[in-house]
Amino acid sequence: MSDTPNKLIEGATGPWEIVLGLEIHAQVASKAKLFSGAAVGFGAGPNAQVSLVDAAMPGMLPVINRHCVEQAVKTGLGLEAQINLWSRFDRKNYFYPDLPQGYQISQYKDPIVGEGAITVERDDGSIFTVRIERLHLEQDAGKSIHDLDPNMTAVDLNRAGTALMEIVSHPDMRSSEEAAAYVKKMRTILRYLGTCDGDMEKGNLRADVNVSVRKPGGELGTRCEIKNVNSYRYIQQAIEYEARRQIEIIEDGGAIRQETRLFDPAKGETRSMRSKEEAHDYRYFPDPDLLPLVLDPAWVKSIQKTLPELPDAKRARLAAQYGLSTYDAGVLVIDAARADYFERAAAGRDAKLVANWTTNELLARLAKDGLDIDASPIPSDDVAGLVKLLEDGVISSKIAKEVFEHMWAGEGTPARIVEARGLTQVSDTGELETLIDGLIAANPGQADAVKEKPQAVGWFVGQVMKATGGKANPATVNALLKAKLADT
Amino acid sequence: MAIDVETVRKVAKLAHIRTPEDRLAPLAAELSGIMQWIEQLAEVDTDGVEPMTSAVAATLPMRDDVVTDGGDPEVVLANAPLRRGDFFMVPKVVE
Repeated sequence: MSDTPNKLIEGATGPWEIVLGLEIHAQVASKAKLFSGAAVGFGAGPNAQVSLVDAAMPGMLPVINRHCVEQAVKTGLGLEAQINLWSRFDRKNYFYPDLPQGYQISQYKDPIVGEGAITVERDDGSIFTVRIERLHLEQDAGKSIHDLDPNMTAVDLNRAGTALMEIVSHPDMRSSEEAAAYVKKMRTILRYLGTCDGDMEKGNLRADVNVSVRKPGGELGTRCEIKNVNSYRYIQQAIEYEARRQIEIIEDGGAIRQETRLFDPAKGETRSMRSKEEAHDYRYFPDPDLLPLVLDPAWVKSIQKTLPELPDAKRARLAAQYGLSTYDAGVLVIDAARADYFERAAAGRDAKLVANWTTNELLARLAKDGLDIDASPIPSDDVAGLVKLLEDGVISSKIAKEVFEHMWAGEGTPARIVEARGLTQVSDTGELETLIDGLIAANPGQADAVKEKPQAVGWFVGQVMKATGGKANPATVNALLKAKLADT
Repeated sequence: MAIDVETVRKVAKLAHIRTPEDRLAPLAAELSGIMQWIEQLAEVDTDGVEPMTSAVAATLPMRDDVVTDGGDPEVVLANAPLRRGDFFMVPKVVE
C-alpha cells in the first residue's frame, strides 16, 4: 500500500524488500479492569489491585466493563473501521505463571471492530496508507519479575485483567521508518480519542512486529514475530536487525522458521523465545462464561457524536484557516494540546508568526527540558503578546528572542519585560538620523563603497544596531541609510 | 475422525495433564468415539439456523467503570503455596 517506491535493502544476491505488519496493544484508559472491579493503575504495591476474578479463583465470573466496550467502539470509529454489532469472547489457552486463568479472554473469530485504515506521514512528508485488519478487546496478563531471586520468579497480578485493545494491521509497511511512523500516528489518534494514554514507558502502548523479507514484488516470505517492542527506537532497531538476519539465512541457502522472537535492547538483537514454541497452539474456543457482545446501533451512533476533531482533519483545517504550511500544521497536530495552545495564541494575531514562535522556539525549548506543552512556563497569551509587539513594531525579531528568554525565565508578560528592560525599538527618526549622519561622516570610505556595491550598506546597519544595542527598528534604519547614502 | 495416540499425547501436554503411556491408547479410542458422535450430529441439516450461543435468551450484562474490588493482597495471596512480601513466588521461569 506504499504510494512511493519502497525502501530496499541490498543483500549479497541483490535487493530485498522488508514486509512489516504490526499488532499494537493499547491499554484502554479506564478506572477498573475489563472483567472485574479492581483498579487499573501504575505504581501500586504488588497484588494490591487484584480481585478474585483476576486471580482466577474457582467460581469467579467475569462481568464486562461498559466503558471499555465504549472505548473500543470509539477507537474503531476513529479508525473509520467497521463496527461489529455482534462480537464474541474466546479463550486463548496457554500456561504461564502470570496468567492465573490458564487462558486469556480475547476475541478471535468475531472481533468488536473489523477493517479500517489510517493515513501515515513519512519523515519526508509523503504519505501512505496502512489498512487495519481488526481491533479486539482482550485481557492483559500479570507481571513476572525474574531478578528478585536467583532461583524463583516473583508474580504480581496488578496488571492481570486490565483491558487492552489489540489493533492488528495488514502487512502494509516496507521499512523500519514506516513502522515507527505508523505507531506514532496510531498513538496520536488514540490520544486524541482519549481511549489510551499512549504512555510507552509504562507499557500502556506496545507493539509486536511481524517481519518478513522477499525479493521485490515476489511471494511473501515466512514471518517472525518480535514481541513487546516498546519504543520507536527499539522498533526500528529490532526490524533492521531481524531483516538482516533473515536475509543472511536465506542467502546462505537456509529457510526461515516461523517463530516468536524477543528483542534485546542491550545487545540490539533479536533471539528466539523457546518457551513460546510449543504454546502456539492456543486451542481457541468461545468463552462459556460470557454471552455474545451485542451493541445497540443507537449507542454506537451516540458514541460517534462524541468523537473529537481527529489529527488529519485538524491539520487540514489549521492549514486552511491560518494559512500554515502542511509541515507546520503537522507539527502542531501531533498533540491536541499543542494545537489548542496554538489556536489560543493565534486568535486575532498573525497566525504564521504565532506558528513560527510556537514550533521553532517554544516546542524546541520544551523538548530540551523534557516538558509537555501543558507544563509550558509560557502561557499562550504571552506568545500572543510577543507577536503583537512584533506586529506593532515595538520590538525587532532579534529583540523578541531576547524577550522570549526572559519570558521562559518567568519574568512576566512580554510587554512588562520590554518596558522593565528598556528593550523598546528605536523608531525615532531624529535620534537615528543623528547617529547615521555621524557614522557617514566618520567613514567616508564605507559610504563610497555603498555606491559601488549596494549590499555594502549592511556594514552601516550593523554599526547602527551595535550603537543602539539591537533596538533600532531595522526598517527605519534601512530607509534612512538608503536616503542619506544616495545624497552624498 | 479418528484421534491417534500422538494427538492425545500432544493435547495432554498442551493441557498440562500428566498422562501415563499406557493410558494413551485407551484415551485415543474414547476420544475417537466422541468425535464420531459429533460427526453423526453434523449430519443434521442446520442450513438457515442461527448458531445457538447460549441456553438463555439474554444479552451480556455490563458493569460500570468504578473500582469496587481489590486493595487487599492478603485475600489474593491467602492460598499461595509460597509468597515473599506481597508477591507470589513460583519456580524460575526461563525466558
